[in-house]
Amino acid sequence: MYEVIVVGGGHAGCEAALATSRIGHKTLLVTGNIKNIADMPCNPSIGGSAKGIVVREIDALGGEMGRNADKSLLQIKMLNSAKGPAVRALRCQADKITYPKNMLKTLNSTKNLDIKEAIVEDLIIENNEVKGICLSDGEKIYSSSVILTTGTYLKSDILIGDTRTRKGPHGERPSNHLSDKLKEYGFNVIRLKTGTPQRIEKSSIDFTKTKEEYGDDTYWTFSFDNKIYYDKAKQVPCHLIYTMPETHKIIKDNLNKSSMYGGLSDIKGVGPRYCPSIEDKIVRFADKERHQLFLEPESIYYDDIYIQGFSTSMPKDVQEKMVHSLPGLENAIINKYAYAIEYDAIDSKQLKQSLETKVIENLFTAGQINGTSGYEEAACQGLIAGINASLKLEGKEPLILKRNEAYIGVLIDDLVTKGIIDPYRLLTSRAEYRLLLRHDNADLRLRKYGYQVGLVSKEKYDKYLQKEQSINNLISYLKTTKITPKKEVIDYLNENFKIQIKDSITLYNLLKRPEVKINMITKFLNKEYSNDILEQVEISIKYEGYIKKDVESAKKMVDLDNKKIPVDIDYYKIHNLASEAKQKLNQIRPTSIGQALRISGVNPADISILMVYIKKEYFYESK
Amino acid sequence: MNDTIAAISTTLGVGAISTIRVSGDLSISIVNKIFKGKDLTKVNSHTITYGHIVEEGSIIDEVLVSVMKAPKTFTREDVVEINTHGGIAITNKVLELLLLNGCRLAEPGEFTKRAFLNGRIDLIEAEGVMDLINSKTEKSRKLAINQVNGEVSKLIKDLRQSIVEMLANIEVNIDYPEYEDIEQITIDMILNSVEKIESEIKNILSKSEDSKIIKEGIKTIIIGSPNVGKSSILNRLLNEDKAIVTDIAGTTRDIVEGNLQIDGILLNMIDTAGIRETNDLVESIGVKKSIDLIDEADLILYVLSNNEKITTGQKEILNKLENKNKIIIVNKIDLENKLDLKLLPSYVSISVKENKGLNELKNKIKEMFNLEKIEQSDFTYLSSARSISLLKKSLESLKSVKQGIKEKMPIDMVEIDLKQVWSILGEIIGQTYSDELIDQLFSRFCLGK
Repeated sequence: MYEVIVVGGGHAGCEAALATSRIGHKTLLVTGNIKNIADMPCNPSIGGSAKGIVVREIDALGGEMGRNADKSLLQIKMLNSAKGPAVRALRCQADKITYPKNMLKTLNSTKNLDIKEAIVEDLIIENNEVKGICLSDGEKIYSSSVILTTGTYLKSDILIGDTRTRKGPHGERPSNHLSDKLKEYGFNVIRLKTGTPQRIEKSSIDFTKTKEEYGDDTYWTFSFDNKIYYDKAKQVPCHLIYTMPETHKIIKDNLNKSSMYGGLSDIKGVGPRYCPSIEDKIVRFADKERHQLFLEPESIYYDDIYIQGFSTSMPKDVQEKMVHSLPGLENAIINKYAYAIEYDAIDSKQLKQSLETKVIENLFTAGQINGTSGYEEAACQGLIAGINASLKLEGKEPLILKRNEAYIGVLIDDLVTKGIIDPYRLLTSRAEYRLLLRHDNADLRLRKYGYQVGLVSKEKYDKYLQKEQSINNLISYLKTTKITPKKEVIDYLNENFKIQIKDSITLYNLLKRPEVKINMITKFLNKEYSNDILEQVEISIKYEGYIKKDVESAKKMVDLDNKKIPVDIDYYKIHNLASEAKQKLNQIRPTSIGQALRISGVNPADISILMVYIKKEYFYESK
Repeated sequence: MNDTIAAISTTLGVGAISTIRVSGDLSISIVNKIFKGKDLTKVNSHTITYGHIVEEGSIIDEVLVSVMKAPKTFTREDVVEINTHGGIAITNKVLELLLLNGCRLAEPGEFTKRAFLNGRIDLIEAEGVMDLINSKTEKSRKLAINQVNGEVSKLIKDLRQSIVEMLANIEVNIDYPEYEDIEQITIDMILNSVEKIESEIKNILSKSEDSKIIKEGIKTIIIGSPNVGKSSILNRLLNEDKAIVTDIAGTTRDIVEGNLQIDGILLNMIDTAGIRETNDLVESIGVKKSIDLIDEADLILYVLSNNEKITTGQKEILNKLENKNKIIIVNKIDLENKLDLKLLPSYVSISVKENKGLNELKNKIKEMFNLEKIEQSDFTYLSSARSISLLKKSLESLKSVKQGIKEKMPIDMVEIDLKQVWSILGEIIGQTYSDELIDQLFSRFCLGK
């Protein structure tokens, strides 16, 4: 008997299982193949725009992904460093052997956590409440709650050209019955599709025809632990190439052979819009003469090179021609062909904000089963599902992050409120208050929650509190300290940084000037501060006006989110509500007016009618 | 529900005094922002204070303000009532200032609704208001849909489209930073587009204000030397239309003497009382007074007597009128001609006594304001105080965009203000979901209680 069973050992499953067991609940992680724990079946990288911020949020909450990536990276860089602080994010190339190995090591050394190799085909359900799982060999295992993180393994089909094979990634066994059972229990099951490009033998590539792309010359870590595990001088490069006119010709000539363009007539899965296959790109952006491709190393322990941007479902013979048309890959050996994969997912509108399903009590879902795509999107959901499964076991309120608190909050709110049509990827443009959700302040936003739920140790939390204190101290020091235009001061500022001062000025106002950076005035500070504190202070002073605007508009949203809708409301009883609104509201059953407003198909007039109804009905009754 | 709402609570255009009611936590401080006189935040509750409503230092109207603090008020919130001098344009202007300073336009019945929600009145009383609110919302839903087809709405949609294209390009640079082959948008690149958008919005705004004149009335003065027949022309015009004439002693700015309709054009006759005063004064004072008034009016009716020679003072006024919207009226054509008509650019000859030429005068007014054309175009809905204040807000945000560009802020910062412009414009045409929108867009037909 376990308190929690996590089904699936991918990025969502690992975070979920670590969260529940670390909080102190007896947990079982069931996976089809222990060797594939924390596997990276697609791109060999962690982070990226928005996603890199999510990794930091996971770390701030006490999750594992950031630390594990720090231990396993081949190169790392800060994206958008030339733009403003709101959009900066880290991305690393992670070693596909080291990353899973490190994660497995962590899982194995975690108390309260068992791991079992098996395929789950059914759930034990009593009175709409989950009681455990049934394995393919008939064994039943009981638990108080179950977290499903099945990834692409629900009825997965691998598609290459005109062939369809019932297999998961790496030819692993999929679960053939679980999604049918979920349908029986009342879930709407949808079919999604994604794809991955070829892997090329490194020694068969002529890298002289490519452009090298290195990592940054600064040390970076995802985790707020700030432990460096790599040598910045020994980072492994990626290589940039472009598609050739010949490549485009081959694809156009063979378009009908692609699984997605007629090779297979029974495709139901919807592919991601933001990550199209190369044939999609060539059809949809016909006027573009070439497309960028990145050659990325998968591991230092084997020689596969991943061609980022070249995902396809063409048959193998066409893939050979396509690859050989690329510069430097004329004689390339394909170790693994590109493929598309179709899989089942559930309708995320059937989830609560806590990631518990509305259909079955104590059943949580996270990751690709909820319609998302990406390791980081999966991991953060796993973490939240794990936290909320634990809180529920303890009879506590769930942790629900708001849209102005975390990208994780944006992601989950989008899933449960708007639902998805194609696989969901986080983008910075999905966040309304981007300036508040920065990479650098993830700990300031979320550390407290990590500590409250028991995933962040007292020691780490105290360290964080010290940081917060130093930030506040430095800001008030800058506000109260003036420098006077004495000759030595004028000369120092002018000679070193070309800063002119005429009258005495507070350091705070000096820093507000566009040309002044905080590292130019460190000489005037009361003591030495670490870089993360200087950065934090600089951002909050320099962009104060913009931050204030975001805070103000976020406050309006929070006010609406705090207007709760009674759980027992009967939308069909509300006179004057448009019938589409009744239907949508009843389906999603938003918890607040704010959430109701974000449902597509519910218009502002419906909301005012709803608000009047609630005030009238519930005010009257409570009187 | 605790935001601060405002609405005109008396019927527009009738009567000498209009009351604007403000209710909510910030009502006193918001009114105080546009009020010159005693500090309203420091006056006792349930007192009346005399002063002026001002905009950027210039006086809009002389008013009496009642400050009533919660809970002993109609809504059980802090309530301020501003009593203005009844003119439509002035009352709307004051309302617009309140909206610009943080008030939200009240929905129909909202004061009553608040009274109910705050426990001031009971449910049975409130039910009636609720029904009203619901039916209004249903009706206004349809109206709102009809409005989205208009011409201004198309203009605004086009502006939003050009903004959203910029936004999309900025976003793509952020979300796919490694793609060097996508054009990198820099702050300098957007400056041009921003300036173009700004001038388009200014253009819409000025057109909207034109149409507001038509909808809310043309500020009209009738001037002339004593005894040329101003009063009788006015009375003839007013009497024929059976408009309400209100005599107000002690003139200030913009007192509406009476409203006059000519085939749907509303003329707000202003300050004629002031002119009548000049009957008893030497002419030079009358000239000075007239010159002051000329600058404030949308339409000037300048009356000369056919029976008198033109004076130096009159010539001076004619010069002043050169570039103004004016109609020169030559009265008393039933009497002997002594006036040198060659000195006048164009004029309408009338005889009030014999009831001649009044129709020509009316046609001239119609022609001047080209009413038919304006009525057909779809500027009407932008004449609401709400839309105009939103347009002004969008200009503010555009200003911040330009400021950000000037200070070389990163593009993703500048984008915050640009997004704001996009969202405000969306609010005007009903394409942004926001709290204010819910309460405003669908309910602007019957204000006050």
